[in-house]
Amino acid sequence: MTEADRAFLLAQGGDGLLSWAAQVRVAETLGLSLGEVEEAALAEGLLPSRYQRNRTTFSIADQLSFRRARVAVVGCGGIGGYVVEGLARIGVGTIVVVDPDHFEESNLNRQLLSTMATLGTAKVDAAASRVAAINPAVTVVAWSQRLTRENGARLFEGCAAVVDALDSIEARKELRGVCDDLATPMIHGAIAGWYGQLCDAFPGDATLDRLYGCGGGPGEQTRLGNPAFTPMAAAAFQVAEVCKIIAGQGRPLRGRALMLDMSEGEVEAIEFVDESR
Amino acid sequence: MLSEDTVTITVRLFASFRPGRFREASRGYPAGARIADVIADLAIDPKEIGMIFVAGKHADPDRALTTGDQLALFPLLGGG
Repeated sequence: MTEADRAFLLAQGGDGLLSWAAQVRVAETLGLSLGEVEEAALAEGLLPSRYQRNRTTFSIADQLSFRRARVAVVGCGGIGGYVVEGLARIGVGTIVVVDPDHFEESNLNRQLLSTMATLGTAKVDAAASRVAAINPAVTVVAWSQRLTRENGARLFEGCAAVVDALDSIEARKELRGVCDDLATPMIHGAIAGWYGQLCDAFPGDATLDRLYGCGGGPGEQTRLGNPAFTPMAAAAFQVAEVCKIIAGQGRPLRGRALMLDMSEGEVEAIEFVDESR
Repeated sequence: MLSEDTVTITVRLFASFRPGRFREASRGYPAGARIADVIADLAIDPKEIGMIFVAGKHADPDRALTTGDQLALFPLLGGG
């Protein structure tokens, strides 16, 4: 960006904010994408107006980190729909969405991206449409295919975190292998009925292996189903974990797991004494 | 029953293991009992157990119980 371009950009701001109309004007005048303008504005200390309520929870430097980050969401169903929503609104610049499925009626009780209008639509296409409706400056990379160890490395290249929004234990074990190969943290969330569990699985951490270490059954969700509220709760925690990792804030859910019991109204952190594998 | 003949442990159950059972209870078992015996006593399907903890550390079902053990059982949750 030239000095003149920078001056033009700064002149479009007011009170440290850049309105959407101004962002579009800068993009059209300077021949930049909306995302490029967002990044340039943040780098100049100008906050796009849509992020006013992110501050002061997050600084402009944090907001720039979100803008520059790439985060993958594997599964765009119950948990995944809300995770995509949260990442788009917080301002993550690139969201990679992976899901081979299409919406069907049984999704309507809980999956944010499922509506009468999207029945039969690929879940990743609905995710891309939703993000575009929230913030056209966010890039969605949509992969309507099943994750494998082989394609995973390609899909998650450059990702700061991979959010686990899958719906089976076997698929999660596969994802765990992919994230380990790439040394990328896997933000785990799983639900069944009133219950949920969450943890950040960094490479070498034992937490996820422990959570799925025994049994061998398919999981309680096959018996209990998934009502509307449990995926919302799990996704909220997972989006917060992504933000913490990118912004370097707070204490990540590492070496412990959060157990949600919405029936009892309880959230309990289980500390792992032996966290290395 | 003499105290040497029994072990008294604390059992904590999580999530879907709670309804119809309890959240936390002190329970006595014959000396030599293993975690698997507790699981059978509570009528929990071993296939649905995701994690077994004793005092914050992973434990196997064949581990023998000792008085004072804090046993925690977590179900497999796999939905999304």
